[in-house]
Amino acid sequence: METPVTTAPAVSRSINIAGRAASLPPGRTLIDIEALDFFYGQKQALFDINLKLEEKRVTAFIGPSGCGKSTLLRCLNRMNDLIDGARIQRGSIKVRDTDIHDRSVDPIELRKRVGMVFQKSNPFPKSIYENVTYGLRIQGIRNKTRLDEAVEKSLRGAALWDEVKDRLHESGLSLSGGQQQRLCIARAIAVDPEILLMDEPCSALDPIATAKIEELINELKTKYTIIIVTHSMQQAARCSDKTAFFYLGRLIEYDETRKIFMNPSNPQTEAYVSGRFG
Amino acid sequence: MTTERSNPFAARKTASRSLERVFAWMLRLATYLVLACGVFVLGDIFVKGSRTVFKSEFPFVNTTFLTEAPETLYVFDYQGQTHEMGDKAFRAFRAQEENAARAAGRTAPEFSVKESIVYSSGGIFPAIVGTVLLVVGSMTIALFLGVASAVYLSEYAKDGPVVRLIRLAIVNLAGVPSIVFGLFGFGMFVIFFGWNVSLMAGWFTLAFMVLPVVITASEESLKSVPKGFREGSLALGATKWQTIRKAVLPYALPGILTSSVLGIARVAGETAPIMFTAAYVVRDKLPWEVERLGDFFFQGVMALPYHIYVVSSKIPQNEYTERVQYGTAFIFLLIVAGIATASILLRHHLRRRYQW
Repeated sequence: METPVTTAPAVSRSINIAGRAASLPPGRTLIDIEALDFFYGQKQALFDINLKLEEKRVTAFIGPSGCGKSTLLRCLNRMNDLIDGARIQRGSIKVRDTDIHDRSVDPIELRKRVGMVFQKSNPFPKSIYENVTYGLRIQGIRNKTRLDEAVEKSLRGAALWDEVKDRLHESGLSLSGGQQQRLCIARAIAVDPEILLMDEPCSALDPIATAKIEELINELKTKYTIIIVTHSMQQAARCSDKTAFFYLGRLIEYDETRKIFMNPSNPQTEAYVSGRFG
Repeated sequence: MTTERSNPFAARKTASRSLERVFAWMLRLATYLVLACGVFVLGDIFVKGSRTVFKSEFPFVNTTFLTEAPETLYVFDYQGQTHEMGDKAFRAFRAQEENAARAAGRTAPEFSVKESIVYSSGGIFPAIVGTVLLVVGSMTIALFLGVASAVYLSEYAKDGPVVRLIRLAIVNLAGVPSIVFGLFGFGMFVIFFGWNVSLMAGWFTLAFMVLPVVITASEESLKSVPKGFREGSLALGATKWQTIRKAVLPYALPGILTSSVLGIARVAGETAPIMFTAAYVVRDKLPWEVERLGDFFFQGVMALPYHIYVVSSKIPQNEYTERVQYGTAFIFLLIVAGIATASILLRHHLRRRYQW
């Protein structure tokens, strides 16, 4: 560490962010969230969120349970559309300058571009092969060679190919928890999205499986823009470039991960990352 | 005494302890009574029915009973002996004896018919066919309509007063007595649609009767499919229908089939809904003996439960009527059990294919 940070809390020093560049070159904004107010029925879940997410970066959303980080994540591929009474009251989310909540936007098309990996790994009770090709098949692709290629490419991309290449036709559920989650990642990248949303992808995994996923995230960010919701601050520190801290539905601080963990500007952020609450 | 005192947990004789025994025994007896009733009913049908259905010589099954239409049973005295014969056999026998007598130059032989009991000879084949047709047709309609509306209710419809009203209506429909469905079917399909007493009228009446069961059960099994499958599919850019078709329905199917077994038993067993809409007392022609394909759907059929009703209450009872009653009941139970077994096997097959 080149400059000792005087205000950094002691605890956050133990978080390993070594090897990270002192400061990132500014990235291109891919997702632009402006003045977003979000409601579940009468209950407001997000208050005036302004956030610019950068292309080919890993952005982590952190914060205590119920702070709205998952809600915001699910706004990005309009999964909230499925919930009765969920609505955006004000503000907009633009992906490459297109408001994704515009009438002319088809959520189906959006979700092809914005893939998602869920907290609980949810492979379909089908073969590994069928799981990976699911997204392509529903797009009407039946060409065997194309599907085969996509399976290998996606499974390699998800660092799972070597483990499953001999049993592609076994059930996806025969895999271990970490493998299942990587299968879900393979399934998501098979449709070649631009953005990958990850909703606490490691919360049900053991440390070894978690390490593999984190390693994978580091590789994936060369191709995809990744947004990851996590409860583990170590995880945010290890694998993200930028971090947004949410509390009670508000964005408290958004900055480079290094800065958030070493030298947060907001006392609430400092209290959270140093483990004093949350 | 000393040992008793040294044991603080020794049993004490109190009122609650004796009551405990009394109640335990009461509950046990009640259960045994139920068991005894079941064993008695099934045993009675099995014992008496197997006398009709099975026989002691090869092929050990009474094929006539299973493959022929009902006939009138004639009981007659001939040359000092009492014979029992079905209509056709009796005519043939009589003609043969009369011809033989004429050829020998004797006077025509005397046949004094003591009793003639309708439907008590021959078999129940048309009723078996009719019941199978009614079950298959009405379950097809009920599953199609039921699964469709369950999918709509649980996957598409937003919860609101209308949906709640629909659910209430479904629950109430389940409590409507079957005879009311019979009358409804009669008024609606037989009279208003002019389908007459026909398979179609019976199919729809029975289908409406089991719809509540099928809808409720289908909704339950749809709900038991993990939310993750739906989200996973939608997040990959699938439409709602693609999601339902590929990631929800296949996994709900075993559950839907399990519950429709109940529906099958009910459809096969009910007499009231079909007595005005689909069932004939007797019909010699088999359903496929129709001139045009269209006629197939608009013909009445015989049905096992209705046949049991007819032979046990619509004809004079005597010692000769019991055979066909119990034989029919026995076959009826076998068929219901057979259809249920088939759907359980199908369910197991599907479960193996779609396990999670």
